[in-house]
Amino acid sequence: MQERSELMQTLFGRLTLEAIPYHDPILVGTFMATAILGMSLLAYITRKRAWGTLWNDWFCSIDHKKIGVMYMILGIVMLLRGFADAIMMRAQQAFAFGDSMGYLPPHHYDQIFTAHGVIMIFFVAMPFVTGLMNYVVPLQIGARDVAFPFLNNFSFWMTTAGAVLVMMSLFVGEFAQTGWLAYPPLSGIDYSPTVGVDYYIWALQIAGVGTLLSGVNLLVTIVKMRAPGMTLMKMPVFTWTALCTNVLIVAAFPVLTAVLGLLSLDRYVGTNFFTNDFGGNAMMYVNLIWIWGHPEVYILILPLFGVFSEVVSTFSGKRLFGYTSMVYATVVITILSYLVWLHHFFTMGSGASVNSFFGITTMIISIPTGAKMFNWLFTMYRGRIKFDVPMLWTMGFMFTFVIGGMTGVLLAVPPADFVLHNSLFLIAHFHNVIIGGVVFGVFAGINYWFPKVAGFKLDEYWGKVSFWFWLVGFWVAFAPLYVLGLMGVTRRVSHFEDMTLQIWFQIAAVGAVLIGVGILAFLVQIFVSIRRRDSLRDETGDPWNGRTPEWATSSPPPAYNFAFTPRVHDQDAWYDMKRRGHQRPTSGFVDIHMPRNTAAGIVLAGISMLCGFALIWHIWWLAAASFFGLIAASIIHTFNYDRDYHIHADEVSSVEDQRTRKLSALQKAGA
Amino acid sequence: MSAHAAETTFPPDSFYDTGEHHPQNGTMLGFWLYLMSDCLIFAVLFAMYGVVGANYAAGPGPKDLFDLGLVAVNTAMLLLSSITYGFAMLEMARGRQNAVLGWLAITGLFGLAFVGLEIYEFAHFIHEGAGPQRSAFLSAFFALVGTHGLHVSFGIVWLVVLMVQVRKMGLTEPNRRRLACLSLFWHFLDVIWIGVFTFVYLMGVLR
Repeated sequence: MQERSELMQTLFGRLTLEAIPYHDPILVGTFMATAILGMSLLAYITRKRAWGTLWNDWFCSIDHKKIGVMYMILGIVMLLRGFADAIMMRAQQAFAFGDSMGYLPPHHYDQIFTAHGVIMIFFVAMPFVTGLMNYVVPLQIGARDVAFPFLNNFSFWMTTAGAVLVMMSLFVGEFAQTGWLAYPPLSGIDYSPTVGVDYYIWALQIAGVGTLLSGVNLLVTIVKMRAPGMTLMKMPVFTWTALCTNVLIVAAFPVLTAVLGLLSLDRYVGTNFFTNDFGGNAMMYVNLIWIWGHPEVYILILPLFGVFSEVVSTFSGKRLFGYTSMVYATVVITILSYLVWLHHFFTMGSGASVNSFFGITTMIISIPTGAKMFNWLFTMYRGRIKFDVPMLWTMGFMFTFVIGGMTGVLLAVPPADFVLHNSLFLIAHFHNVIIGGVVFGVFAGINYWFPKVAGFKLDEYWGKVSFWFWLVGFWVAFAPLYVLGLMGVTRRVSHFEDMTLQIWFQIAAVGAVLIGVGILAFLVQIFVSIRRRDSLRDETGDPWNGRTPEWATSSPPPAYNFAFTPRVHDQDAWYDMKRRGHQRPTSGFVDIHMPRNTAAGIVLAGISMLCGFALIWHIWWLAAASFFGLIAASIIHTFNYDRDYHIHADEVSSVEDQRTRKLSALQKAGA
Repeated sequence: MSAHAAETTFPPDSFYDTGEHHPQNGTMLGFWLYLMSDCLIFAVLFAMYGVVGANYAAGPGPKDLFDLGLVAVNTAMLLLSSITYGFAMLEMARGRQNAVLGWLAITGLFGLAFVGLEIYEFAHFIHEGAGPQRSAFLSAFFALVGTHGLHVSFGIVWLVVLMVQVRKMGLTEPNRRRLACLSLFWHFLDVIWIGVFTFVYLMGVLR
């Protein structure tokens, strides 16, 4: 590369044409496919003249329901990217034995396993979980929206900005080659001098702001905005788990922000926090990142425990067994999740007593989790179980997660961990709990609440296809990894010499393909359901004979959720209302106070993304300009005092009358 | 807990609130939660300082660097600014707009003095070859004290914006809420500084 002129250096930092990987056929192909898909999507939106609607009613919307749906779409899009990474890894490891080096050079392979982890945790699991909470929690507690509707929109766009930065690294420059937690000194400037780690840092920092703010938001929403009568011990279990998850978010994400901040100081300013010399301490990074990282896995799983609780009780036609113990188990897990972080690095050498302490706390977590498992089983016991798709996912979860939990307890034994540390056994374990718990839970949740969102159910046949391919595919893909791990094969290896191992990797690759079919079937399920929406339509708003308040309103719910806020007398408030013959109010509507849409969120997040991009490529003028622009834009936003409006009573009554007519037509048809 | 949720006085057969349901405003709780999360960022920086704070890498240590006299003045500036902010809040309760603005201006000046002295101290250290790159101790020192200083600077910007808004709109309900939030923020920074003062400066000189 020839010397660049001073001017070019100032204007573009270290961004050059070389950064575009046009010499890599895989990436060029991916780019072409993405470009064609993207262009056709843009063309479709333009042809449908949908830009105005999209911008006004969605991008600028501060309606928690629409933001929830956008989170889910983000999660699905990023799931496809994360899965593409997964299938590439499985293919590489199935081929790269002996003389064959596979099709991915190590430099590329390392980026793929890093991107896979980062994307699946931060940009698939987190948006899914946040999306479910965003949509469901305000409805479950009988609120009109979240406590800070504008912040909610801003949080979503910050998460999206982070996701866009990660995607950008595919085509401009490269991603980190460090593994998903970017341990120094490997992630330090000496060993990772290029932009990869910087993409990682700024994508996570920007998305992290969004996550933290949405944590604060939902926490305040649950504490302050519950319907009258809904005391803490009458909250639906999903709301309880959401509460605990958001406590964890608020108490864990700042640690990630701080530790990534310190890493970036090491990289940008030349400080010595985690360096090998000048007194730096790299293990401090590992400690700190896991003080965030362990609670993070509970942030992901707890809301899905809530989903399973709702699903089990609804589809068994029974009140949840042991509600109180369920709540306490959730709270205990919340607390214990802070006391186990060191089990991620027993091999650090902190000595027998420290390792024993963290080994024991880790094993203790299995007690409240086990209590939950028994609660679900006892809820099913003597229930009238309906095997709809959400229930299938729940039962698949119970079967899979228990095994994942047991291998986890195995890893919690420090001497065993010395053998299994960083092996494929570990990989199999955490995929066992994250796929078996989080992913299955998300699909259970999507199938369960989709009728609420769309007004029609999801197609059952394709839902079952998706479920069975996922379940079987998961076991075919990860059971071989348990075996390989016990044989001592370590993670993140792109080429093997021992030919006898190959068959296991080939089986695992078949499993990944089966999971791929499962994902495809899920997309087909959504597509088919939209085509057949008239025959899948649900006018009642309560297709599953639900128990919690979100089923009391229409599907999809009106912008204001409930014309009159329900009064809660029981844990299963809606079930209680139905049982005691409540009458849906049909007159006397009043004006409803609502927050107003704004473009501030997407603008601020856009500027943040620009700032991140400039910092990654050392384009200092742009970084400074966008940073001050960000502050100026925030200040301008605070001068907007006109943030709410009233939905007039007439409008409310016309919406409600429409529903009254539909419901009475249904009643006539039934009678 | 919401005032409404605690009330269970309504009859068992009433299923809906017939009026508009007004949940309490959650801004103060939300802002307090944000402050607690910010507190955790400082906790990490303190922990970092605790772990690597004695790793001088053959460079200068706290005894060689810290000038307790300067730090005492600095601390006084910040503590006084907290008192004057308190006066501003008292005037707000009485509804006297100009007095509020006056006390806020004084608070801002104290804040500026604090940040100015800190910048002077930092420049002095860097000039002596004790910059953040010199050792892990200095990295942790600059990160902790600098993050606090950045917070104070941000607080001053916020204060100026609020003064403009109070002048423009008066002591309206949203502005009172914002003043209360900044008040929490400002006192929070004081609390953090007491930790920095004790843990970094005093104990550093003793070490």
